[in-house]
Amino acid sequence: MKRTNRSVIPGFGLTTGITLAILSVVVLIPLASLVVFTSHLSWDEIVATITRDRVLASFRVSFLTAFVASSVNLVMGIILAWVLVKYTFPLKRLVDGMIELPFALPTAVAGIALTALTADTGLIGGFFAKFGIKIAFTQLGIIVALIFIGIPFVVRAVQPVLEKLDPSYEEAASVLGASRTRIFWKIIFPEIIPAALTGFGLAFGRCLGEYGSVVFIAGNKPFETEITPLIIMSELQEYDYASATTIALVMLIASFVTLFLVNLVQSRNTKILKGGV
Amino acid sequence: MNQNIFKFAAVASIALSSVLFTACDENKSENKAGEAKVEKQTIVNVSYDPTRELYANYNKVFAKHWKEKSGKDVEITQSHGGSGKQALEVANGLEADVVTLALEFDVDAVRAAGLIEDGWVNEFPLSSAPYTSTIVFLVRKGNPKNLKDWGDIVKPGIGVITPNPKTSGGARWNYLAAWAYAKKLYNGDEAKIKDFIKKLFQNVLVLSSGARGATTAFVENGQGDVLLAWENEAFLSKKDHPDDYEIVVPSVSILAQPSVAIVDKIVDKRGTRDVATEYLNFLYSDEAQHLAAQNHYRPSNKAILDQYKEFDQNVNLVTVEDFGGWAKAQGTHFSNGGVFDQIYEKK
Amino acid sequence: MNKETTSSKVTKWVLISISFIFIALMLLLPLITVIIEAFKQGWDVYKQAVVDDYTVHAVLLTVEATVFAVIINTVFGLSAAWSLTKFNFKGKKILTTLIDLPVTVSPIIAGLIFLLTFGRQSPLFPILQDLDIKIVFAVPGIVLATIFVTFPFISRELIPVLESRGNDEEEAAALMGAGGFTIFRKVTFPHIKWAFLYGVVLCTARAMGEFGAVSVLSGHLRGKTNTLPLHVEILFNEFQYVPAFAVASILVVMAIIILILRSVIEYTGMRKSNVR
Repeated sequence: MKRTNRSVIPGFGLTTGITLAILSVVVLIPLASLVVFTSHLSWDEIVATITRDRVLASFRVSFLTAFVASSVNLVMGIILAWVLVKYTFPLKRLVDGMIELPFALPTAVAGIALTALTADTGLIGGFFAKFGIKIAFTQLGIIVALIFIGIPFVVRAVQPVLEKLDPSYEEAASVLGASRTRIFWKIIFPEIIPAALTGFGLAFGRCLGEYGSVVFIAGNKPFETEITPLIIMSELQEYDYASATTIALVMLIASFVTLFLVNLVQSRNTKILKGGV
Repeated sequence: MNQNIFKFAAVASIALSSVLFTACDENKSENKAGEAKVEKQTIVNVSYDPTRELYANYNKVFAKHWKEKSGKDVEITQSHGGSGKQALEVANGLEADVVTLALEFDVDAVRAAGLIEDGWVNEFPLSSAPYTSTIVFLVRKGNPKNLKDWGDIVKPGIGVITPNPKTSGGARWNYLAAWAYAKKLYNGDEAKIKDFIKKLFQNVLVLSSGARGATTAFVENGQGDVLLAWENEAFLSKKDHPDDYEIVVPSVSILAQPSVAIVDKIVDKRGTRDVATEYLNFLYSDEAQHLAAQNHYRPSNKAILDQYKEFDQNVNLVTVEDFGGWAKAQGTHFSNGGVFDQIYEKK
Repeated sequence: MNKETTSSKVTKWVLISISFIFIALMLLLPLITVIIEAFKQGWDVYKQAVVDDYTVHAVLLTVEATVFAVIINTVFGLSAAWSLTKFNFKGKKILTTLIDLPVTVSPIIAGLIFLLTFGRQSPLFPILQDLDIKIVFAVPGIVLATIFVTFPFISRELIPVLESRGNDEEEAAALMGAGGFTIFRKVTFPHIKWAFLYGVVLCTARAMGEFGAVSVLSGHLRGKTNTLPLHVEILFNEFQYVPAFAVASILVVMAIIILILRSVIEYTGMRKSNVR
């Protein structure tokens, strides 16, 4: 790996070395074994596996629910981060402290608890059932579970940036007579959008792969509420490693592309913020 | 103040590493203690989900028996999970001395990985199935929808809960039991049988990935009118909620034969063949057979089975041999593009 | 700026209300459900489930895996953040993407790839067996899986902050002859310390709760390779509904302790910096 332009700051070799070493052991080598495992399959076999009706349907379910859930989290995450940084109100510390809880709760427990709540016998589900809306065991249920597990990503990505944001810009703009809405969209929004998109990308990827909570709240019915990780799991149960790894590889590529796009947007934005180059 | 953070970080990391080292040391000293008592043997029993109570009790009984027989102490480590997943883990390197799984097919997967010798089915009596079970209906108290047999639960408007046959070993028994009923009803007319099974799965509200998920959907979340369940699990649900549920035994069901086997490669490597063999053999003793019955499994010993009135013996039980054995049943019904997939593909 | 207009006040309270409703519905209710279920059969059943030998062992193993994950990811996160924000080099975007990848890899796939790498089917397996090293279905596998799923959390928190700040101060310090570690300690760290703290907390929380990947690699040997989330699942599958939630509530409590600790550190830190 070569540096494209010299920097006066020391530590390039050391930090890049450590980064690459740990990355290789923990991520690259294991991922490579997945690719190696898939490589002895022919292209036709791979295509045949991933274009089976049920697999395609599961892709549709997984991508759709993950997208809706992470979009909700994008909006709510920005609002939450904003509220937590800019305002003071009672119970603020408590709300702030709770954001990470979805991570600590095992996904299976979250799934079971959410199902109990949103089934038509549950507290929330019972309310919506009066209007004929079923949540648990439908795609709506999957979205609810995915929103739950994705909450921390956007909030925690946006929060540090908002905190570091120099208030002098806002003050200057305010003195110059800019309206609050204008200040937000013209000054603050561009600053937080790269971080928010990173959070969105991570949440989206995480939702795409989520298994533990979804299997409980989804009805797991083929073509309706069957997610891709569940298909991988059933292939494994049938000892069909070839199919399982092929589908896994497709998911992996999807995650990689999502993240790569997010990182592109982010670095472009950083450049714009720094004024070109 | 940054200095403080650094001090904090330094102190914290020292504390953490010392915790880690002590943890490692503890492990080591445990190991040493284990080595010191040469007489103490350990074996690992990899089993499936619903057998936990059975083996928790059996392991105590067996430890006593082994002490009397050989004078040695034995410690049994249990592992439970979905049957197929457990088989897969053993095939991938989980060191099990014995496997006690839900299906012959799963044990055979371990054999296919080269860990169990061919012919294991005949190594122990009765096709290596010391206890059996069957598939029954669990319905809500009073049976409000009047569901008596398979023919009733395929009617429109009935909500059925079952795990997915693709991911749950137990659910494959459900599916085959329904198939056996339809086969008898339509005198083997394949098209009509498939139509029957299709209707059954159109009534399925929740297709859980595992048996416990299905029970939760039915019991805790109040979904559906009937749960297709292992007999032993149905008894457990009824025991927990005696006023809410009833068990209905259909006219035709399947004899589910959970299989046991010694993992030859592992016992030879660890030198535990004696104790592992005795562990499985003792499952056929009267004491263990009673224990199985008390945990709602049907003892393979007929005399002992007759002593327990809770098991309905009038049901016509087919076996997987009627489907040509597991390999064939699996290939025809549950593999990719098999009959089960066709039911769902043809929308 | 100090004079809040009526409309801005309205905005403020509308946003706060939205936040509260969202948090209450999506976070608080599921948690309350867990606690209610845990205590459904009274204190004795709860206590019994919590002090059970297997539970205690599961707690220790979870702590062990979490500590390893946090240490490794801290080393990694600081190095990666420094390397990626202070220097320009080819392949940087790919590297960033690869670092993020583990979060978005399905836990099942994460478990699967370690199985393929170190399991019986792997070419490495005979070598590992000769050396008598067990990775899959043993504690090292669990630790690896935990590191994997929490991999980017710390670096991810640091990179945006460092990027939005630019390198001017570090460059100035370097030109004045400061060494790398000194620059980091005196110039960089003060700016990233809160982000770092967030990262550690995220990493800890996620490490404690990881289920899918660990589940594939653990083998579920009771009292040996069961972490807390796995123990919860096992209890659940054993029809022990209430004890399962009781054990789950331990995780909630552990998470709350960590979050309180974070608040305390943050609070004292901020007060000091205000005094200064």
